[in-house]
Amino acid sequence: MKIHEYQAKEILKGFGVPVPRSRVTTQAAEVYDIAHELGGTVVVKAQIHAGGRGKAGGVKLARSPREAQEIATRLLGSRLFTHQTGPEGKQVQKLLIEEGLNIKKEYYLGIVVDRSRQQAVFMASAEGGVEIEEVAARNPAAILKEHIDPRIGLSPFQARKLAFGLGLPPAQLGQAVKIFTALYNAFVATDASMVEINPFLETAEGNLIALDAKVNFDDNALYRHPEFKLLRDYSEEEPLEIEASRFGLNYIKLDGNIGCMVNGAGLAMATMDIIKLAGGNPANFLDVGGGASEESVTNAFRIILSDPHVQAILVNIFGGIVRCDVIARGIINAAKAVGVRVPIVVRLEGTNVDEGRRLLQASGLDIALADGMKDAAEKVVAKARA
Amino acid sequence: MAILIDQNTRVVVQGLTGREGTYHALQCRQYGTQVVAGVTPGKGGIIHEGIPVFNTVTEAVRDTGATASLIFVPPPFAADAILEAADAGAALVVCITEGIPTLDMIRVAAYLKGRPVRLVGPNCPGVISPGKCKLGIMPARIHKEGPVGVISRSGTLTYEAVGQLTRCEIGQSTCIGIGGDPVPGTTFVDALALFEQDPETQAVVMIGEIGGSAEEEAVAWMQQHFTKPVVGFIAGQTAPPGRRMGHAGAIIAGGKGTAAEKMAALRAAGITVVESPAEIGTAMKQILRG
Repeated sequence: MKIHEYQAKEILKGFGVPVPRSRVTTQAAEVYDIAHELGGTVVVKAQIHAGGRGKAGGVKLARSPREAQEIATRLLGSRLFTHQTGPEGKQVQKLLIEEGLNIKKEYYLGIVVDRSRQQAVFMASAEGGVEIEEVAARNPAAILKEHIDPRIGLSPFQARKLAFGLGLPPAQLGQAVKIFTALYNAFVATDASMVEINPFLETAEGNLIALDAKVNFDDNALYRHPEFKLLRDYSEEEPLEIEASRFGLNYIKLDGNIGCMVNGAGLAMATMDIIKLAGGNPANFLDVGGGASEESVTNAFRIILSDPHVQAILVNIFGGIVRCDVIARGIINAAKAVGVRVPIVVRLEGTNVDEGRRLLQASGLDIALADGMKDAAEKVVAKARA
Repeated sequence: MAILIDQNTRVVVQGLTGREGTYHALQCRQYGTQVVAGVTPGKGGIIHEGIPVFNTVTEAVRDTGATASLIFVPPPFAADAILEAADAGAALVVCITEGIPTLDMIRVAAYLKGRPVRLVGPNCPGVISPGKCKLGIMPARIHKEGPVGVISRSGTLTYEAVGQLTRCEIGQSTCIGIGGDPVPGTTFVDALALFEQDPETQAVVMIGEIGGSAEEEAVAWMQQHFTKPVVGFIAGQTAPPGRRMGHAGAIIAGGKGTAAEKMAALRAAGITVVESPAEIGTAMKQILRG
């Protein structure tokens, strides 16, 4: 789960990470007063769930409250296009107005899970303010790494190694160790999948402060953080995906015209792949779960058909423990209940497959049966073209 | 021969008395697996479907000689269930549970390191040595005893691959679902090392997917240590970056972990990589025909 910069900063602040003084607003009319209150010189930052805001014009320095208000008026309601927003961009609905700081140097701090080492890794770099992937590609030696034993946590010596490695002056060592420890504590306590401060700032006055912040939560751990529900910004998400998640379906909207309904995430990805190989374009990723119950299939049809681009649907179910005749009845009932108007190609595998196929054929619906994944993909691509 | 499990494996099922646990334990038993015990804290002493239930895994292991544990415990309690099984001395722990928090699994990984226990999963279909033993939720009927090992990060896509092999008259030595989570107990490298040592296994099907670098690490290891032919498939060639594709571990992050990278790495090591998931069986058939 993703949250906004202002929410991430609020969380990190609670663990002892210093952040600039700031206010959040949705009203351009408020910005003059906010800027004035924060000392006149402020940074106006668009709050969207995507990186690359700076380059896209979503982060602007204002030298006066008037300028801040002008920038805010321009930004609010506009669309930002970054490498992470996709071609449709993201609309700016909230702004973070932050006090201006005297920058001496910018650093990078981040914690993620290192999947190969099966540990959290604290990364730091003196090349802050640019994307860490860029640094990793250009100059991997510029990224310091400390792997963290989960039973011990981030040790002070590790924090010192990072601080000295970054070249921070000894006078700031105590401050740095405190902040690095706070960042790790926040990572663990919130079950984050990543926390990032980029840039992490050394001010001309010798203070260390988080100028930007990003926190993503592990979806699997949300059950033990009910309070995070309030942080979710539904306007940042695809409406169909929100709808699907309410039914426990895993749905991701894509830009093709062939709807897919598959049981299992790996098979769902493979089904998208084989549609592409057959010359078509998947309209979505959709995992209906291992069981593929009538209820989940009904909801899945409804969601797939809410996408107006869908011209044909491929149902690919590898019945593990559920019998194919049961799945077939579910598909028929669901297609009738939802009123499916586009051709459906069904590939069923499992026990009682013959009975399942017979039921589908006798249903009177526009359902073509397929034998294997290749046949299914070729048939559905042909239907979508027709 | 097979790897990890065979007719001598004695299984304790953690979460036996739950709906899923009961259903699958009975399916495993019907396949011939020796399901010797169940564990449900607070229900110790009862007999469930003919299987004695214990309060702790330690008691179950002591009284029944169980050697392996199969876990059907809900996500909030599953990490603890794995620790309990390891502590009780189970040599193999197969965790089916999907949805365990990643930081829980990081703690589990640290605890398991150096102990004489192998964890498979979580978020996986389990392990089957066809004709000998089934420890998982996969449909038994699609399997056939034979010379090909299967390793996969996916559930139903594994069934798809196995189904193709069986239709091509190619049996399997052991099929391992290593699971779709970012911190798995058994990696491709671990599973490949076991298959390398198994005289019955002549070739391996390896099914990867986007996210992480487990496939690349497997390639690096195989170039030094693995002598058997491999057919590889990577799911998610059309997956968009930055989106979690169902599995917690299936995400292209920071431009890394794409299917294209993984396929290129496998190919560079001389592995037969199929672009279409429908060609796994036929590709293996060609290899075995030599």
